[in-house]
Amino acid sequence: MEEKFAHPELRTPENLVYKRTDFLVDRPLSYCPGCGHGVVHRMLMEVVEDKGIGSITIGISPVGCSVLAYDFLNVDMLGAAHGRAPALATAIKRLWPNRYVFTYQGDGDLAAIGTAETIHACNRGENFTIIFINNGIYGMTGGQMAPTTLPGMRTSTCPYGRDVGIMGHPMKITELIAQLPGTYYVTRQAVHTPAAVRKTKKALRKAIDCQDLGKGIGFVEVVSNCNSGWKMTPVQANQWMEEHMFPKYPLGDIKVDGELVK
Amino acid sequence: MGELRLMKGNEAIAEAAIRVGCDGYFGYPITPQSEVMEYLMAEKPYETTGMVVLQAESEVAAINMLYGGAGTGKMVMTSSSSPGISLMQEGISYLAGTQLPALIVNIVRGGPGLGTIQPSQADYFQAVKGGGHGDYYTIVYAPASVQEMADFVKLGFDAAFHYRTPVLILSDGAIGQMMEKVYLPDPIPRRTEEEVISQCPWASTGKPPTREHHIMTSLDLDPAGQERLNLLLQEKYRVIEEKEVLYEKIDCDDAEYVFVAFGLSARICQKAVHLAREQGIKVGLFRPITLFPFPKKPLQELGKKVKGMLVVEMNAGQMIEDVILSVGFQIPIKHYGRFGGIIPTPDEVFRMLKEKIIGG
Ligand SMILES: Cc1ncc(C[n+]2csc(CCOP(=O)(O)OP(=O)(O)O)c2C)c(N)n1
Ligand code: SF4
Repeated sequence: MEEKFAHPELRTPENLVYKRTDFLVDRPLSYCPGCGHGVVHRMLMEVVEDKGIGSITIGISPVGCSVLAYDFLNVDMLGAAHGRAPALATAIKRLWPNRYVFTYQGDGDLAAIGTAETIHACNRGENFTIIFINNGIYGMTGGQMAPTTLPGMRTSTCPYGRDVGIMGHPMKITELIAQLPGTYYVTRQAVHTPAAVRKTKKALRKAIDCQDLGKGIGFVEVVSNCNSGWKMTPVQANQWMEEHMFPKYPLGDIKVDGELVK
Repeated sequence: MGELRLMKGNEAIAEAAIRVGCDGYFGYPITPQSEVMEYLMAEKPYETTGMVVLQAESEVAAINMLYGGAGTGKMVMTSSSSPGISLMQEGISYLAGTQLPALIVNIVRGGPGLGTIQPSQADYFQAVKGGGHGDYYTIVYAPASVQEMADFVKLGFDAAFHYRTPVLILSDGAIGQMMEKVYLPDPIPRRTEEEVISQCPWASTGKPPTREHHIMTSLDLDPAGQERLNLLLQEKYRVIEEKEVLYEKIDCDDAEYVFVAFGLSARICQKAVHLAREQGIKVGLFRPITLFPFPKKPLQELGKKVKGMLVVEMNAGQMIEDVILSVGFQIPIKHYGRFGGIIPTPDEVFRMLKEKIIGG
C-alpha cells in the first residue's frame, strides 16, 4: 500500500492514540463535507469493532444518499429497494438468528415510502437495529420535501416553504414507533458536536445490545444536517439544525428497557 | 419411498416446500391461494424443520423479505395471486438484477384491477416478458396438475440456485383449488449454516476476516459496469433458453392439427384431443411447460408437420404471440380465449378448432 505519511517512523504502537476502525473501508466517503452520514458510519463500525461482532454482522443500506453505505461499511451488506430495509432485516434476522442485523435509513426511506415496513417490523418486535438519519429533506434526489421537513422550510418541492395546510405536518415517526410494544430501546441523538457524537456511539451500542436480549427493536434516530439540500455551509447547517430541528425533534431517550421515558 | 396423498394444488405447493428443505416462506393472504400459508401455519414447520413462516404486512414487504433471505443464500419463497404479484414486481426486478435465487408462485385470477377470484391465465405477459422494470426474465414453470404443483417446487428451487435467478410458478385458481392424488417424495433436510455458506460463496452471510465483504446490490452507477451486468444477465438467459426448455407433446406424431395450450387450458385441450380422435380427426396437443424459456424449436418443428394450430388460453391472446414468433406464418395459427374466470369446455374448444382451423 502507498505510504501516506510524511514520517512513517513516527507511526509506532506507543505513538498511536487513535486509528480508524478496520470496519470502515479505506476509501473516500461519497458524502458532502460536513454531512452527518460519515460520522454515524464511523460510530456504528466502532461499536461493531468494540463488540467484536464484525464477522457475524449483516447490514442493510437504503435508497438515499447512504445507498453507498455498503461501499464504506466493511461488513457483509445488502442494498434494499427504497423503504424496504426493515423487510429484508426481518427475514435475515429470522433466518440467521445468531447474526447481528441492522438497517441504515434516511427519513424519506424510513418515514415515507417505507412507513409500513418500519411500523410493522417495530410492531412485530423484530430483533434488529434501526439507524434512522433524519435530515428533514431528500438529499439524494436533490432536496425535495421529506415527511420530516419542518413547517415553513423550503425545499425544491415546497419552494415557498412547507405549508402544513396543503402538505401535512412533519411526522415524528420515532415517537410513533416508541408507542409500539415491539420496540425496546428508542432514542434520538445528533452528531454535530464531540459530546453528541459520544452519546450517539453509546446509543448505537445500546441499540445493538438489544439483539442479545431478544426483546424487540433498538431504534436510534440521528438528527443530522443536509447542508447541500438545505443550501447552507456545514457550520450554518449545524447552527440551523440546533435552532430549528432540535425544538421539533428533541434529543434524548424516548424508550428505555421497553418503558417510555418521555 | 415418499407417500401418496389427496391434496389441493395450493397445499401440495406448501407441503413440497417443507419437503425440499425450504428455509423461509413469506406471504400475504389473497384468494385463490391463501391455502399455501394456511397449510404452512397449520403444519408448523418451524417446530420440525426450522423453516420460517411469516405473514407479512403486504406483498411488497413479502417480496423484500425474499430479497433479504435470498441475499443471505437461504432458500426462500412466496406465493400470491395476480394483484399481489403486481405489487411484487419491483422486488422481482431487484432479485433479477442482484442475481438472487427465489421462488415466486402466482395462482392467477382474472383481471385487470381487482378483477375476479376465479381462475385465469391473463398474467402470461407479466410473467414471461419480465414483469418489472429493466431487461430481465424469470424462469417460468406452468404446472397442469396438482402433481406438477408439488414437483415444480423442487425444480424451481434447483433452477433458481443453479442460475441465481428468480423463478416463477405460473398456475391458476383452478389448479390451486382442485384436489388430486399427489406423490410426495421423502423430505430433504434443510441445509446447515455451514452448507449454506459453502454452497453460496457469493452471499452476505457475515464477513470472516479471511475475505472481502460481500455486497448484494443491483446498483452500478458506472454505465460500463451496468452494461456489463446486463450483458451477463442476457448471457445467462441464452444458456437458460438452451438448456431449460420443457414441454409435452400428446398425440402429435400423426397429428394434422394441434392445440397449443399451457396449464389448465392444456388439461381441457387434452380432453378435446380425445373428442376429435373419436371422430377420426387427427388432433394433438403441444403443451409448453416452461413459458420462459419458451419451447421455440420443438414448436417450429411441429409447425412444419401440421396444417394449423389453435392456441387456447384463458386470456385475450398472449402466448399466441410466442407461438407465432416460433412457427411463423406458413400455417394458420388462431387463438381462442375466455376471460373473467370462465373456463372453456372441451366441446367448446373442439368446436373452435373445427370452426377456426379445420373448416377455415
Ligand atoms: C421506488 C423508488 N421511488 C423513488 C426513488 C427515488 N429516490 C431515491 S433516494 C430518494 C429519497 C431519499 O431521501 P432520504 O431517505 O431522506 O435519504 P437522504 O438522501 O436524505 O439521506 C428518492 C425519492 C427510488 N429510488 N425508488
Ligand atoms: S446531499 Fe445532504 S444527506 Fe446527501 S451527502 Fe450531501 S449533505 Fe449528506
